[in-house]
Parts: sequence; C-alpha cells; structure tokens
Amino acid sequence: MSLAIKDDEIDVVIGALRSDLTSFMNEWRPMFSRFHLIIVKDPDLKEELKIPEGFNLDVYKKPDIDQVVGSSTAIIFSGYSCRYFGYLVSRKKYIISMDDDCLPARDNKGFLVDAVAQHITNLATPATPFFFNTLYDPFSEGVDFVRGYPFSLRSGVKCAFSCGLWLNLADHDAPTQALKPGQRNSRYVDAVITVPVRALVPVSGINIAFDREVVGPALLPALRLAGEGKFRWETMEDIWSGMCVKVVCDHLGLGVKTGLPYVWRNDRGDAIASLKKEWEGVKLMEEVVPFFQSVRLPREATTAEDCVFEVANAVKEQLGSRDPMFARAATAMLDWVKLWKSVGSSSSSPRV
Amino acid sequence: MAEPATITPAPLLKDELDIVIPTIRNLDFLEMWRPFFQPYHLIIVQDGDPSKIIKVPEGFDYELYNRNDINRILGPKASCISFKDSACRCFGYMVSKKKYVYTIDDDCFVAKDPSGKDINALEQHIKNLLSPSTPFFFNTLYDPYRAGADFVRGYPFSLREGVPTAVSHGLWLNIPDYDAPTQLVKPLERNTRYVDAIMTIPKGTLFPMCGMNLAFNRELIGPAMYFGLMGDGQPIGRYDDMWAGWCTKVICDHLGLGVKTGLPYIWHSKASNPFVNLKKEYKGIYWQEELIPFFQSVTLPKDCTTVQKCYIEISKQVKAKLGKVDEYFNKLGDAMLTWIEAWDELNPSGAKSAELPNGALK
Repeated sequence: MSLAIKDDEIDVVIGALRSDLTSFMNEWRPMFSRFHLIIVKDPDLKEELKIPEGFNLDVYKKPDIDQVVGSSTAIIFSGYSCRYFGYLVSRKKYIISMDDDCLPARDNKGFLVDAVAQHITNLATPATPFFFNTLYDPFSEGVDFVRGYPFSLRSGVKCAFSCGLWLNLADHDAPTQALKPGQRNSRYVDAVITVPVRALVPVSGINIAFDREVVGPALLPALRLAGEGKFRWETMEDIWSGMCVKVVCDHLGLGVKTGLPYVWRNDRGDAIASLKKEWEGVKLMEEVVPFFQSVRLPREATTAEDCVFEVANAVKEQLGSRDPMFARAATAMLDWVKLWKSVGSSSSSPRV
Repeated sequence: MAEPATITPAPLLKDELDIVIPTIRNLDFLEMWRPFFQPYHLIIVQDGDPSKIIKVPEGFDYELYNRNDINRILGPKASCISFKDSACRCFGYMVSKKKYVYTIDDDCFVAKDPSGKDINALEQHIKNLLSPSTPFFFNTLYDPYRAGADFVRGYPFSLREGVPTAVSHGLWLNIPDYDAPTQLVKPLERNTRYVDAIMTIPKGTLFPMCGMNLAFNRELIGPAMYFGLMGDGQPIGRYDDMWAGWCTKVICDHLGLGVKTGLPYIWHSKASNPFVNLKKEYKGIYWQEELIPFFQSVTLPKDCTTVQKCYIEISKQVKAKLGKVDEYFNKLGDAMLTWIEAWDELNPSGAKSAELPNGALK
C-alpha cells in the first residue's frame, strides 16, 4: 500500500531566522543526517550562520537569492518566507520543512520522535479525504477502516501534504497566547488524520512536509502583513499558503494529513509585544476564510500551477478591493507561478 | 494512612439524561458501570423473546420495555421498530422524556486511560455535549474548548463561539468496530491506541456512526436517530447505526449543529461471530456504495427548519432515489415516516420533554 520513498528523493529545508543553528542541528542530527539539507538564511539576518559539521547541505544566503531571482524579487523571501526559496531551488520530489526554533519531541512513552520519518510515512501512505474514519488513519499499525466505511473509498488518494503539530509552545495566535501566557501544549495526541475534502484548516508552516512535484507551486510567499516580523505571531504567510494548498489538493483529488509528528517548539518572544505590533493579521482571516471556502476552480485546472493561477485571479477579483494587502498577494501569487516555471521546474537550469 | 475525605460533586445532568440499553441476554455489565451510571435513569429495551425475564441489578432506577410493550404502545406503528436486532434501541429514544440520551451496548465495559484510571465515559460524553462544536473550520489542536487546548493561529475569531453539539460519538478499545470482511482477515487485531482527542467532524463530511457508545441531545436531534429496519424479516443487519448516522449528519449540517467524535473510550469485550455478521452485512456492503453518494448529495430545502421536516424530506428522497436500488428502501422510506409520526405522538410539541417525569409504562 505504501510508496517506497528513498532518502535521495528528499530535501530537508530549513529557513534560518537565527544565526546560531548549532544546537538545532545537533539535536536533529540523528534524524537529519541521512538526508540532503537546504538551509536558507533570512536575507535580513546580518550575522554569519553557525552550522555544525557533518551534514550534507547547501546554504543559500542573500547574494545567492539575488543571483537566482534578482534583487528586486528577493524581497519576497524575507523573514519566515526565506524557506520558500529552498522549496523553489530544490530538485527533490519531497520536502520536509521545519522552523529553526523546533527540536525533537518525546512521545507518550518518552521516546524521541523522528519527525522526519513520520512525515515520510504520512506522505507514503494514502489519505482518505472523502469519508471520515473514526479510528483515524487506517494505514497506521494496528488500525483499519471501521464498519460502514465504503469499500470503494478504501484505497484512498495520494497524500500530498503532511502538517505536523507542536508540543510546548503551540501555534496559537498572539491574542490567545497573550491571554494565556503560561499555556503550553502537553497533550500528545497519537493520531494522524486526513483533513476531509472541502474542510478548511489553518495549515501552520512550522512543521510540514509535502510532495514538491505535485503541489510545490501552491506553497507560496504571498500574504505579507504590513507589520510582518520575525515571530510566528507576526505572520500569516503560512496560513495563507496553507489555505491555497488545501484548496488545490481538494481540487486535484489529493490528500492533506494533520496530526503526528510532534516537534518541541521552544519558547521564544512575547505574545503581548507581538500583539501590540501586529494584530491586523487576525482581522484579515475574517475575509480570508469565507473566500477560500467559496473559491471554485475550473475543471481545466489540472496542475498546481494552473490552480494557483486561478486562485490568484479569484483573489484579485473578490478580495483585491477590500484591502491592498490582498491585491498585492494576488500579484505575488501570479509572479510566483512565473518564477516557479522559470526557476522551480525541473526543466530549468539547476540551482546555484 | 487515612485518606482525606473527597467531596464527590453531584453527577452532571442527573435528571436530564436517560441511558438507553438494548439487551437480549442479561445486564451483568451494569455492575462495572455502577459508580458512573447509578445516579441516572435507565431505559432498557428488551429484544427477542418477551417472555424471558431480564434481571436488572439492584439499585438502578429503570423502565423496561419488551416487544409486547412496544406493540402495545405504538400499535400498528410498531412496524417501524426492528425485531431481533439491537436497532430496537431507538424505541428507547422515543419514549424517553429527557433532554439527553446515552446509549451503550451490553458488552461494553469501563476502559482505563493510559494512567490506569477508570474512564467515566458518561461524564466525558456530557462534557462533549455541553461544549460547542466547530464544524466550519478544522482546528488542528482538536477540541479547542478542552482544558489545555485552544484555537490555533489562523482560526477566525468569528467562528470561535462554535455551534451547539448534537452528537457525541465515543470510541472503543480492545475489539474495534470492524465490518465482517475485516474481522475475517484480522481476527486478532485489537485497538490498543488511546488517542487523547475529541474533534468535530467538519460540515459536509460523512462518517460511520457506531451506536455502541453514543450520546446525543435528544431535544436537538432525537427524531433523526431512527435506527431503521433491521433483523427479523429484513434483508440487512448491522447498518442500523450507520443509517441513523448518515441521516443525522446530513440534518446536523443543514441545521448548523455539531457532531463530535473521539473520547471517551469504552472497553469492547465481545467480538461477534464474523460469519454471522457477514450474512447480516452482505447486502449493506454493496448498498453502501449507492448510499454514500446519495447522502453526500442530499440537499434539504430552506423551509426544512425542524429535524422532523428534514427527516421527512430525506425519506421522500430515499424512496425516489434508492427505491430502484432495492425494494427495501421503499419500505424503509415508509418506516421513516411512521417513525416520525410515532415520535410526534409520543413527544407532542409544546410539552417540554425535560419537564415531564420518567415515562411510566402506559
């Protein structure tokens, strides 16, 4: 049932927003060392990156980004969006991507979680978006489809996206974390779940994996908040990108999974400070969600690029006049499709 | 060392919830549930031979109905209640006068959570029913109203109030709820995975609703919980709860109500005979290939503003679209109407069900 995914089909992409990656890389060494890594340094980061020895990796910094896309375009890769440059230049079939403030978590039995292996399992086994299995992922060990699950739906569909979760500092927004400053997520929910078709979900970018060949273009840096900063509380870029991915997957008949693996997310920053600085993002979701719930893609859109193009036009038409941020996002999405075609597709010249 | 005195809080919804149990054998399993169930009123629906005496353990407050009672109370409408199948339990829903119902099978016992503590399944169901659901947007941290959880970044604030929860669908450790083919292929598989989550099933998504460990708000969704025509004289069995679940989910989606699944777990002790099950389910396995697309495409008109109206509309569509799959569905469509008529007779609107005392045998 499961695909055989080889190590050399995978890139691990890390967006570096902090310069000293020593403890991050060393903690992940057992899980990362088999794979090729792409580290993209936030172009705004001034200090030199500190990366320990012993990894097979490529590092991209501002000059590299400028060279590949031109310095005027390079702005789109500032901050957390630097990871998208890694997605763009990778030539592997699968990408696993993690924020640089995340470390391996421990499961309920106290064992270290190999998040990379779990993401690979999620992508290698089918998703089941058309009917909810009450015992969750039927392709997990020791589980199956329950009584009443139609047999014709039991082969599932390809899983194109795997969204993992976070222990300790969960991915709450700034108002929520500010109201509950001491709240930390200690609940390890031992399940992988396919998000049903047409159900929207806020896909955080902190701990993800995806089939680049199939949905790569749908992961895009498009929605940049006016006050976007270097803490996740000050971004919505991944939530926007995630909504695009879900809509594209639903349209193309691909699956999106959520749940395991967990990573341990370090305490960082101050929710109240972030809230004071950037709260517009929270307001925007009120418009964003109804839009994505209602967007419909034409049958002729059969690739991720086609789908992104259609969504971008719909954004321009339906949201563009509500807030200039949306108009810019639409333009950014259209530019991204072009960029992907020229730089990102495997037929174009290999990376720097 | 003396244990400090613990103050046990009054059980939640003690006078607002009935526990409905179908049985054909005995109710010994209630002994294990005593600490959790004793404060509540039980409705026992005795299937099979009505001359058999079902012994109820001492100390429980209950009413018991056998087939003779069902026939007496419903008269000709009793034809909609299944015989020789646990589907007869829905008679219990109909005669209940309470706002909430919990139903459990007589081979389901108290499970333990990973820390070894006994799980009070009823208490968890009540918590599920009393807190909102979130069907319009999936929260990746599952139930946001649980202690220690909340909504994730990106979840719109306008959707954070949620909607009322109509159904709480619990799960099972040990013997999982598999169909006959799966049981035959994996006779030894046991569910040992405790998934510490409750989640709302998104609007527009169907699921297989198991009646083994199920609670619902009878006032909100009761009339949709008809468990169909199964068992004696019927071509199908083991699809009673499935049928109720698909109708219920479609109606909940239409009326803006929520359905939760996940905790609590019970311990399911008995694996029924897979060959017997296969004979019962066999037609269902084929029919569900038609039933699922049917339920996925059901649309209810705006003027279906009550559960009964929605249900009657579904019954019409069942006859129109599924009648050609098998004559059974014409019968079922009629039985669905009979059910609603019987429901409305026993539950006249204007009389608030929560205010009436426990139904006495008429």
